[in-house]
Amino acid sequence: MCSLALFPPPLPCGQATLCETNNELLSRSASEDCLKQESSPLSLYFPRESLKPHSRTESSSKAAFLDHCETLWMRSAAAWRDAGLTGLLNEIANSSAEVPKWLSVSSGCVLALLQRISSFHGSLFPHLTLSSEDMIAEFSQVLKWSDCAVRAFAWHPHTDKFAVALLDDSIKIYNPKSATAPTLKHRLQRSVAAVQWKPLCASALAVACQNCLLVWHVDPCSLSTRPSSGCAQVLSHPGHSPVTSIAWSPSGSFLVSASPMDTNMMVWDVAAESCVPLQRVGGGGVTFLSWSPDGSHVLASTPAALFRVWETRMWTCERWPCLKGRCQSGCWSPDGSRLLFTVQGETVIYALTFTDTPGIPSNTKGPKAAAVVADLSETTFNTPGGDIVVGGEIQSLAWDPRGERLAVLLKGDPQARDRPAMIAVFKTRTSPIFELLPCGFVQGEPGTEPRLMQFHPNFQHGALLTVCWSNGRITHVPFYFLSAGMARHGLGGSPPQPRPEERPADYINQTLYTELTT
Amino acid sequence: MWQSVRKHCHFSCVLLICLKSHMKPRKVKLVSVNTSVRLSYHNTGYNIKAAASVAWAVLLLPPSIAVFVIISRVSLLHPIQWISECVSLLTSATAIFSFILLCGVVLIVGFLNLEYYTVIPSIACSKIALLGQLLHPRQFVSSLVHCILGVIVAWCCAVTIGGRYQTLGYPCTQADGSPQLCLNEYQVILLLAGAFVGYCHSVLGVIHNMNYVSFHTVQQYKYLRFKGSLPLVVKCSAIQALYSVRNYLVVYFFLGKCSLHPLDTIAGLLDFSLLYHLWISGTFLLFTWYITLLLFRIFVTEVYSFPVQSSFTEDVHQCLPKVLTGQQPAILKFLALHDLALLSQHSPSRRSEVFSLSQPGGHPHNWNAISQECLSLLADLTQRLVAHHDTVATNGRAKSLSTGSDKKSLSSESTEDVMTPRPSVLIKTPASVFLRSSVGSPLTVPFTPDLDSPFSSPALRRLAGPVEQCSPWHGTVQSPHIMRRGPKLWSTSTGERGLQNKTEHVIPIVDPCAIWANECQMFQIMTCNCSMLISQLLPEASSQALFADTQSHIWALEGLSYLVKASFSEDQFGVVQTTLPSILSSMLVLQEAVDRHFKLPHASSKPVRSTSSMEDSSYKTLRFALRATLKTAIYRITTTFGEHLNAVQMSAEHQKRLQQFLEYKE
Repeated sequence: MCSLALFPPPLPCGQATLCETNNELLSRSASEDCLKQESSPLSLYFPRESLKPHSRTESSSKAAFLDHCETLWMRSAAAWRDAGLTGLLNEIANSSAEVPKWLSVSSGCVLALLQRISSFHGSLFPHLTLSSEDMIAEFSQVLKWSDCAVRAFAWHPHTDKFAVALLDDSIKIYNPKSATAPTLKHRLQRSVAAVQWKPLCASALAVACQNCLLVWHVDPCSLSTRPSSGCAQVLSHPGHSPVTSIAWSPSGSFLVSASPMDTNMMVWDVAAESCVPLQRVGGGGVTFLSWSPDGSHVLASTPAALFRVWETRMWTCERWPCLKGRCQSGCWSPDGSRLLFTVQGETVIYALTFTDTPGIPSNTKGPKAAAVVADLSETTFNTPGGDIVVGGEIQSLAWDPRGERLAVLLKGDPQARDRPAMIAVFKTRTSPIFELLPCGFVQGEPGTEPRLMQFHPNFQHGALLTVCWSNGRITHVPFYFLSAGMARHGLGGSPPQPRPEERPADYINQTLYTELTT
Repeated sequence: MWQSVRKHCHFSCVLLICLKSHMKPRKVKLVSVNTSVRLSYHNTGYNIKAAASVAWAVLLLPPSIAVFVIISRVSLLHPIQWISECVSLLTSATAIFSFILLCGVVLIVGFLNLEYYTVIPSIACSKIALLGQLLHPRQFVSSLVHCILGVIVAWCCAVTIGGRYQTLGYPCTQADGSPQLCLNEYQVILLLAGAFVGYCHSVLGVIHNMNYVSFHTVQQYKYLRFKGSLPLVVKCSAIQALYSVRNYLVVYFFLGKCSLHPLDTIAGLLDFSLLYHLWISGTFLLFTWYITLLLFRIFVTEVYSFPVQSSFTEDVHQCLPKVLTGQQPAILKFLALHDLALLSQHSPSRRSEVFSLSQPGGHPHNWNAISQECLSLLADLTQRLVAHHDTVATNGRAKSLSTGSDKKSLSSESTEDVMTPRPSVLIKTPASVFLRSSVGSPLTVPFTPDLDSPFSSPALRRLAGPVEQCSPWHGTVQSPHIMRRGPKLWSTSTGERGLQNKTEHVIPIVDPCAIWANECQMFQIMTCNCSMLISQLLPEASSQALFADTQSHIWALEGLSYLVKASFSEDQFGVVQTTLPSILSSMLVLQEAVDRHFKLPHASSKPVRSTSSMEDSSYKTLRFALRATLKTAIYRITTTFGEHLNAVQMSAEHQKRLQQFLEYKE
């Protein structure tokens, strides 16, 4: 089992990770790095100050208007429309001068009863008492989501374009081959928790918002920089908000969405705008979804110490109770046979292996227990700048599409200076046994911490990790290596050619990393 | 698979036997019409499915009766008395007699479901056509049956609720003191409410295409699907009953004036307990019927796995390629296509059978049959779309040509966007491929003359070659694409397979059907001419009607694209390579036609989603699903093959189009 003690020490202050080549992580001083990164078209910088978040909610705009006397009927109707039954009861209870006494008293009683019930419900599932912004921040894969300039990021699964959701609730789409960078804005696009491109499609982008799901259709050939909101399909279901996680099936036919408030997991047929709710009450909601790359399983974690693995043929699920906390994050191996996940409150990575052949529904019995594959408990490193403690709880996991590099975002401790959030990268291998080998830490400019990371889905020369930093910068860290499974997995792909302008990678030493095994 | 179904049925063999005796004539008919015993295997299984659904509905009756009794006698102030009354009532002879009656009702409702269901919705293009559907004698019979069943259920409810609803008559004394039996209006109002709700149910069934059975894209086990839909059924029946009772009371108040009873005043009608009992009874009635319908839908659309090939010659007709290409009821075609889409996606072992070569001979018969069938389906849809587009595009010109005939009928009130069909050109519609082979089943015989009427009911049309009323591609038609293709069966088969098909299946039933269909169309076209002048077209209905059977095309696209994708690594003999150019070009041609169609007005407007209804409105969005599936299917092939596609022989235009897909610019 791999632990952080085997890792090379973090970089000294002032250095930033540049890339992995020749089996080691290269770094440069941050100033140099900045210059180089600025020149690259895909490296972006969104200063926190340039983005203004929405400060007011829809209902708070009421205060800007003069009070206007309406009849009780009108006010009741408006309250019913805005806030449902509780709003109506509130309105009646508050206007005791206009309604008969028995009505106002009884509505007050009903209101108190409702609150009592909801507080009892809340004590069963504590997450239900959170506001929707807090809830998204709590369950998001992004570290400190609420004050992050870049709130969500998604590479297109087939081309080099990506979408970035920003603090001001807009989404920008960047494509190195095109000069225009469309900005997507929509009335309902608030508090974006996740974005994902539809596989096997050039244009569709699903966005998880506070109250609904949006599916944008952004014509890649269009020159418009502000596609109208008519390009977006709105998918909503009563009670299904806020949406904290979405996942497209790899075949592009379904979209699943999850909300911690809703015990239903929704399977959307986006073209028909219809959904099938899959309800399992245990857990009190669904927080995080991840669809295995082969399409056979979906990981669905809940706010309680329980997660489920759905089988997508007949949509049945296995329950996996955890001991300590909820399942915080998870990722699948490229062939869909192995699931890595982390549990809140624990500092280890677990693995589950699914050996059943996909497509035989009767044989969906998976493994009996999860195995610990890596230990990320706190480890002290001596660096020239002083001791640094790395390790602890894990925010998110990302596995590159070839299954050779695993990036782990460690939460760190925001209070302590010597315990920064850090990305630890492992090399993974599957034969003869599955194991994780240390690769190194990915660090950014001094004073920044990683918030969000994602691997490029089809990087030719190895793996490309995109990291969004706390200062609003997006950088890309390439890992150059020759894939061991290339010959098996490659579907029409050519062997990787090193780009001429990059440093020549010494591919002869490709298997060197095995020497790090202890 | 039937094993499990049989196990379910096991509980109520008597019911099954009873139901089977209902079905026997139909089965015999099927066999005799097709002059082969081949179909009986699938059809038997299929009827067993329907019977199992009814059996389950019957099994669910006792719990729903118990719930009804508890709710109808609710008295919160005397809970112990309430419970004991309910228990004693449930074990009484009346309850058992009611249960037997209700079983009969459920059986008949289940039989009507089976008789009237369709997998291709009939979409009325105008309000007149809809009215025609409603006034059709067959629909009238259905409404009458529903009324009677409603009265029976309401009687059971009345007996169960007891109290003042218990008897139809009660002893009273006349003015002169002589004893007499008077009519108990409380029971009468309940019985009539049952009839009214039953009638509403049958009418709404036509308006909302309740007989349409759609296939779900998300597969679930039957029990889970049922459990998931149960809250919806309860909600729908409660809401529907509420509206029906409201309407009923209005009708009753205005038509019931003549009686001298307390219930002819508004105050008398607004008795809370009466309203509550009316509503509860209506809900119970609709609930039992909706449950029957729901179970029927779930059982009928359950995935059925056809063998791809068989080593025994007597089983060959049950194999997927034969079922796909043969002359089959629409439901079997749909099940086969669904199975094809699933096997191409999930099952490597069955895919390898598709790619295998015949022994001896070494011909890829399986792949040829499947791919030709799918391609002909796509070609069919393309032609339909092109014809529709041509009609719309040449609208003005066509109109000026046919003014003569128009003048005769009526002064032209509708000047816009109606197509002007010409009765002189009679083309068999593509929809008629869904001939259900049970033409001339005993039930239709008395109505045979009505086949010609435009007002034929959905079920009737389903039986005699379903043709959407006023479907735009009916009469239109100067398009050479359509002129070229004569009356045909399910498939436009190409070349030698077509010939072989004809020799194999040339079928006595086609002729009467074709004639019927033609006459039917002639009449429809003429009445459409009139009716469209009177009433405007319902917006987007023509677009919906064009894509009414598109679920089959969606599966064909999925099946083809997954098979082609799998062939990249699994096809040992290269059987797919030979068809790849034609698959790609037919998809691209269809893509072009679909793109053009969506540029028409109304084509891309989304229908209003209705979530709280038993109506299955998925047919309204099929065209969007088709558009998305088509694009995904092409991308699936281009992503898998990548640059290798440049080596595929295709026209320059298609190469260019494909390049767009390779660069992800579509």
